[in-house]
Amino acid sequence: MRLALAAALVASLTTAPAQADDWQDTLNGARGQTVYWNAWGGDGRTNAFIDWVSAQTEARYGVSVQQVKLTDTAEAVTRVLSEKAAGRNEGGSVDMIWINGPNFLAMKAQGLLHGPFVADLPNAQFLDLSPGSPNVVDFTVPVDGMESPWRLAKFVFSYDTARVDAPPATMADFVPWAAAHPGRMTHPDPSNFIGATFLKQALVDFAPDPAVLLQPATDARFAEATAPLWSWYDALRPNLWRGGSAFPENESVQQQLVNDGEIDIAMNFDPAATAAAIAEGLLPETARVFVPEGGTIGNVSFVAIPYNAAHKAGAMVVANFLLDPATQAHMQNIEVLGSFSVLAPERLDAEAKATFAALPTAPALPTLDDLGPTLLEPHASWMTRLTEAWAARYTR
Amino acid sequence: MTAAGDGRALRAAAFAVLALGVIGPIAAGLAQTARAAFGLMPAIGAAQAGLGPWRTLFGLPGFATSVQLTLLTGLGATVLSLAIAFALTASLHARLAGTAAARALTPFLAIPHAALAIGLAFVLAPSGWIVRFVAPLLGLDRPPDLALVGDPWGIALILGLVIKEVPFLVLVTLSALTQFPVRQHLAAGQSLGYGRAAVWLKVLAPQLWPLIRLPLMVVLAYALSTVEMGLILGPSNPPVLAVLLTRLFFDANTALLLPASAGALLQAGLAVGAFALVWSAERALRRVGLWWLRRGGRGTAAEPPLRVLAAGGLVLFAIGALALVALFAWSLAWRWPWPAVLPESWSLKAWTGAGPGLGRAFLRTLVLALVTTSLALALAIAWLEGEDRGRRGRAGWAEALIFLPLLVPQIAFLYGLNVLFLRLGLSGGLGAVIWAQALFVFPYVMIALSDPWRALDPRLPRAAASLGAGPWRRLVAVKLPVLLAPILTAAAIGMAVSVAQYLPTLFMGAGRIATLTTEAVTLSSASDRRVTGVYATLQAGVPLASYAAAFLIPALVHRNRRALRGADA
Repeated sequence: MRLALAAALVASLTTAPAQADDWQDTLNGARGQTVYWNAWGGDGRTNAFIDWVSAQTEARYGVSVQQVKLTDTAEAVTRVLSEKAAGRNEGGSVDMIWINGPNFLAMKAQGLLHGPFVADLPNAQFLDLSPGSPNVVDFTVPVDGMESPWRLAKFVFSYDTARVDAPPATMADFVPWAAAHPGRMTHPDPSNFIGATFLKQALVDFAPDPAVLLQPATDARFAEATAPLWSWYDALRPNLWRGGSAFPENESVQQQLVNDGEIDIAMNFDPAATAAAIAEGLLPETARVFVPEGGTIGNVSFVAIPYNAAHKAGAMVVANFLLDPATQAHMQNIEVLGSFSVLAPERLDAEAKATFAALPTAPALPTLDDLGPTLLEPHASWMTRLTEAWAARYTR
Repeated sequence: MTAAGDGRALRAAAFAVLALGVIGPIAAGLAQTARAAFGLMPAIGAAQAGLGPWRTLFGLPGFATSVQLTLLTGLGATVLSLAIAFALTASLHARLAGTAAARALTPFLAIPHAALAIGLAFVLAPSGWIVRFVAPLLGLDRPPDLALVGDPWGIALILGLVIKEVPFLVLVTLSALTQFPVRQHLAAGQSLGYGRAAVWLKVLAPQLWPLIRLPLMVVLAYALSTVEMGLILGPSNPPVLAVLLTRLFFDANTALLLPASAGALLQAGLAVGAFALVWSAERALRRVGLWWLRRGGRGTAAEPPLRVLAAGGLVLFAIGALALVALFAWSLAWRWPWPAVLPESWSLKAWTGAGPGLGRAFLRTLVLALVTTSLALALAIAWLEGEDRGRRGRAGWAEALIFLPLLVPQIAFLYGLNVLFLRLGLSGGLGAVIWAQALFVFPYVMIALSDPWRALDPRLPRAAASLGAGPWRRLVAVKLPVLLAPILTAAAIGMAVSVAQYLPTLFMGAGRIATLTTEAVTLSSASDRRVTGVYATLQAGVPLASYAAAFLIPALVHRNRRALRGADA
């Protein structure tokens, strides 16, 4: 262990100057570039944050960022794929993607990504990149430096305290809760990422042997691990909104149903989303976050660079800027975005630590302690199978 | 150059533009899609030709329900729209001049499908506006758990489609009616003892049918393939085919692109099948109709159903108008929770908060609409003038070619077309988007302009010719000024179509050409009705302004030419 540490230290000492030169080359190459950042465009606050990033990188590095607003991340994957189909292997139209596990897996497997590049980013020094850290595996798939972290995501529920006395305390409790409040809860359609995550959350909670979920799903493993999930869901479904025959398209539509009074429980992959929605007037002041006992699934949001991106240097400069402690603190500010930082606190200097400590708070914003333990994402094949199996069971 | 030779050159030029700009690319796009549908897509390593994608597609859970729903909602909405449009025209024709009707209908023509759907969803939902009005009376403290929107039978989707399509069909019908003497027919029929409704059904409808058949097919093709309305108003588990395909095309698992392509072909097949159904229904009706006519009934029984349909149409318009008002109200709201009938707090933040992006998108939308509409108008005028000079009507095949882009579902060829354009290095630019939009604007401009153009009094150009005016001078100095009103109406419809284009703008612009519609759709995935309200108001605003211009400009230009003022629009 100590030997490995020493070796790493020596390596970093010897490569440091070369790396600095390389980075200067990247900065020089990036100047004047416009980075087309393909990112889900459904969240006004994230869009505004990306605009802010553009202004900052423009002023500091001469790199401007143009958000290409997506309705679904896979749009960008399809775009890169059609460019590959047309033989456009350079000068592609997508420079950077805010990517999630399944899309990352698809792009990595198809050789559609540029990299590894994370180790080249100077601000990667603030990241915990040790084996087992959530920064180095995405849905159990090794990141291998092909995507760079930028914000933390954790699965949370929210409810209106004015209408609900006690939300379900555990995943299992959803069944009696829904039976007592028929039609007052639902989840997004599992073809949507959050809808699938709700099923995964239950899967992780109920699986007889959670370790099995970290390996690719086989028929036998899948049948065994999902059996408790299905019996739980069969008990829950009749008491869902519309008798479990219709589901909101995504988590935002579900949140709107809460505001419309049609249901009482919403869910999200961003712990700050509820506080943000209250500030935006989209949820009542009395809305609060809750997390079932035992913790919830969490992961890191990454940005990746396609293999044929026209502005790779610019994209790397932006990825690096996103990891700057000052940027991360700005992002974690609930008045801006509220997303939790991906940086390792122990790697920050005193000044940066103080900035984080001084951030404002909001009544509906949970602390990291409120959120409980973070459960690992199952291997991506589980999610695919889970949505397929759900459709096979409940779509007629 | 002689007029005939000149005409041939003009026809050849217009045809060349159509063949190279429209048919070639669509065929190429379809070919790409077909290759993928049979398992060939090298980019994802699919090189095994076969029926695998079809098997996957047919094996999808709920697939049969999806197809059934698509046919039910598509055909149901089209038949209902036609019936209501006909009943409304018959009931209101005597009381309403064409221009007045057009003016009342413009908001519905101008508002994009998606925006209307979002507004309707808010009006009709169990937690929506109508229920909120009656909730205190019924003592409801929570919205009823009823599937009023997104119902498994697709009723809400059918209503939404009908509200959007009836105005279009009414306008087309009114425009077609100018081609024959309605009053005389009515007078003759009624003096023979036929009821008013019977004259409409027995005398006017058979004459109208050939003139509105094609626009009806356009409505049918749209109703079968709508993504936006299906997503917002249709059932979700399973959804209609077009929504299912969109999910497949944008799934993280790229292997699903193959069954998605197969589904896109199937979607085109459904449209063809539905056209065939209409064609055979027409055949059957012709025989039954003849028997019905010969029986000589005076048709007093036809009056009440016609009235009920017309009244139903007016009720639907009222609901549609409520949806438009609701959207505008949302754009000015801050908090508007259940069960408040009006917003709890008001704010301009949705308008001011959208920032410079909104302004840029607005300008770009305006420029795109102006450019594509000008191009489409120029081509349409060239085509119609070519027909005039050749002294020939339009062949059936030419008609079909013009409307091809509206009859083939967009999803069936856009993806393949995008790959083709990328290979040619043309994608991602403003030019590609202009071309893709013009593809869909041109047919609508032709629909709007063809009938008035043919209805032009032939004595006018003949008089000009005998005074020595050549073909170009006759066009510029006589025909175009006389046809100013219909040309501007066609332009307004073209603007509305351009503004509403989503998939073509997205695919051909590589997502970089942000217009009001692409912005509205991405933001509506967050379903913030306030922001949607802002965008919908602006989206409807561009076409509304152009409709207003289409009414005002002729009135100003022709202020001292009474016979041309307010010509049938």
